[in-house]
Amino acid sequence: MSDDKTDENKAARPAEERNLEKAKQETGTGSGVAEPAPEQSPENVPAPTGEVHAVGVRHGMFGASGTGDTSGYGGLVSATVFPAPSQRPYGGWFDEVADALEARLSATDLTSAIESVVVHRGEITFHVRREDLPFVAQMLRDDEALRFEFCSGVSGVHYPEDTGRELHAVYHLTSMTHNRRIRVEVTAPDSDPHVPSLVSIYPTLDWHERETYDMFGMVFDGHPALTRVLMPDDWPGHPQRKDYPLGGIPVEYKGGSIPPPDQRRSYN
Amino acid sequence: MSSETSTANQQDLYAAPGETSQGRVFTVTGQDWDSITQSIGDAAEERVVVNMGPQHPSTHGVLRLILELEGETVTEARCGIGYLHTGIEKNMEYRSWVQGTTFCTRMDYLSPFYNEATYVLGVERLLDIEDDIPEKAQVMRVLLMELNRISSHLVAIATGGMEIGALTVMTIGFRERELVLDLFELITGLRMNHAFFRPGGVAQDLPPGALDEIRDFIALMKKRLPEYAALCNANPIFKGRLEGVGHLDLAGCMALGMTGPVLRSTGYAWDLRKTQPYSGYEDYDFEVQTWDTCDSYGRFRIRLNEMWESLKIVGQCADRLAGLEGAPVMVSDKKIAWPSQLAIGSDGMGNSLDHIRHIMGESMEALIHHFKLVTEGFRVPAGQAYVPIESPRGELGAHVVSDGGTRPFRAHFRDPSFTNLQATSVMSEGGMVADVIVAIASIDPVMGGVDR
Repeated sequence: MSDDKTDENKAARPAEERNLEKAKQETGTGSGVAEPAPEQSPENVPAPTGEVHAVGVRHGMFGASGTGDTSGYGGLVSATVFPAPSQRPYGGWFDEVADALEARLSATDLTSAIESVVVHRGEITFHVRREDLPFVAQMLRDDEALRFEFCSGVSGVHYPEDTGRELHAVYHLTSMTHNRRIRVEVTAPDSDPHVPSLVSIYPTLDWHERETYDMFGMVFDGHPALTRVLMPDDWPGHPQRKDYPLGGIPVEYKGGSIPPPDQRRSYN
Repeated sequence: MSSETSTANQQDLYAAPGETSQGRVFTVTGQDWDSITQSIGDAAEERVVVNMGPQHPSTHGVLRLILELEGETVTEARCGIGYLHTGIEKNMEYRSWVQGTTFCTRMDYLSPFYNEATYVLGVERLLDIEDDIPEKAQVMRVLLMELNRISSHLVAIATGGMEIGALTVMTIGFRERELVLDLFELITGLRMNHAFFRPGGVAQDLPPGALDEIRDFIALMKKRLPEYAALCNANPIFKGRLEGVGHLDLAGCMALGMTGPVLRSTGYAWDLRKTQPYSGYEDYDFEVQTWDTCDSYGRFRIRLNEMWESLKIVGQCADRLAGLEGAPVMVSDKKIAWPSQLAIGSDGMGNSLDHIRHIMGESMEALIHHFKLVTEGFRVPAGQAYVPIESPRGELGAHVVSDGGTRPFRAHFRDPSFTNLQATSVMSEGGMVADVIVAIASIDPVMGGVDR
């Protein structure tokens, strides 16, 4: 809402100026290890810079497609843009984690394993190249400066319009040693929905990966027994994918008929 | 029940044709144990696979256990889940952001406020209004969450007691839980499935007289909680069933992603309320409860002690709320806050007549605003957020993804029951059949949260 305006203003200014301002914001916000909680309030981290690529397009407004659009907004086209990759410095302990990660990666000749880093709303996301995921996860878990020994699980997200990287697997990692939280994200195309399994590194992911396979059809290579976990074994399709309909039947009430939720008018 | 002896000579009612490839299948329906043991005959010493549940009074919900037994010893334990999968996450993608709380509150039905809280905190982070939530809303959330922790732990102890045959623990557990549910009914209007936490605050202000009821409840619980300690803490049968059962040490907990009482029973004081405070938990005085036995008995004692700590927090909330009378409970941004308030009329609770008069008789703009916000909802800036909280069972988090629209693009819940249930095999293999029940009860999985 109000963010749209500030983002616009930021985009209008030259990039150097924005970086300068960011650097200014960050000074003095370094929350040390001794802090009880990571300093994640929005003003302590840089705002997203500009835009990257759209993962979807929204047409019109008020969900008026199909009927005659008298709203005047029928021609409106707006792109769905997720927060763009952030530039250094990320602020607070984010830089410490990124430094430690980069140092270890460059030592092993895998400098391009991290595709981008997004800092948004006080959370940091590392986009990792899919083939390097097990190595990066192993390092995140074992390295002394990182120590992300606790994995909360994997969550799949399906972006049907994010061509070539439709399926995202999102891991939330916690370092109980340093009291930090990061997010690791990998992508896979619909045509090749394979992601390396992390069960050998985080055994807790066993059921989580099965659930993500169940719901999105992502195949976690190396999982000891990748079968459905929530849906019946013989279920066709993967229900959480965006191309899988919600289903439902119209409900009759006092002579009227209410369509199922996915066929009702939606406000896009 | 099945045993691998000879070729199938009995029709299995529950397997499709050709599904049972080997062994003899026995269907146990109750009261027929003698005939089963007779027909097993000499084969009884061989490996037996017992299919326990999903409709079984001791499996803590619709959980199916597949146990491989040698005599009384469990050699392999596996869980079958999914019997309560209702597609809540998928459904949420077809409703507005506010309607989302109505769905997610139904997941883990013993701790509905926690489901709402983690979702709402995620949405608020994406909206960037975390700092704008009024103090009273924060305090009310903490109050309800801690009351909910008490009711959830009461059920954990009650059903756990019932499953090992301690029926008095069950009856008194549900007796006290009823008191908490009465408070919920008074404050939110519902005993379960409240949908009371909304992005931006809570749905309603405290009703008159609520603080007195809460104080009465605290006073009563201070008398009642010692009863659990007197019944169980030093009870030799209770201790004999629980001590050393369901053992899982810190390394195992870390690997399996265990949180909550199971993790704290290893002596590690990890509680998100203390380590990564949210909703203003840093302002309350309470202790993180730990035990160092790594077993079911320790988890029971932790739950008991945590109820005392929750009572402390509830008391502090009541004191703070007494000074916050009339303060707002919803964010002041009218583009997010729900426009109408409920009120008690002559025909019961309904939309506030003042509000109806305002939008229908006084202000066209207010009507448009109401209509837009209620039907279309507000937009949430694109991005993703994960704000985990400490539910009674451990780390509960909602991964909330927005594409900038009026509906969640994706909402995924990391439910502690789902994760912790993975420890069933580690906790029970090599032990007795009866100890499987104790181990699972000490995890306290709620199948609504496991299957979502």
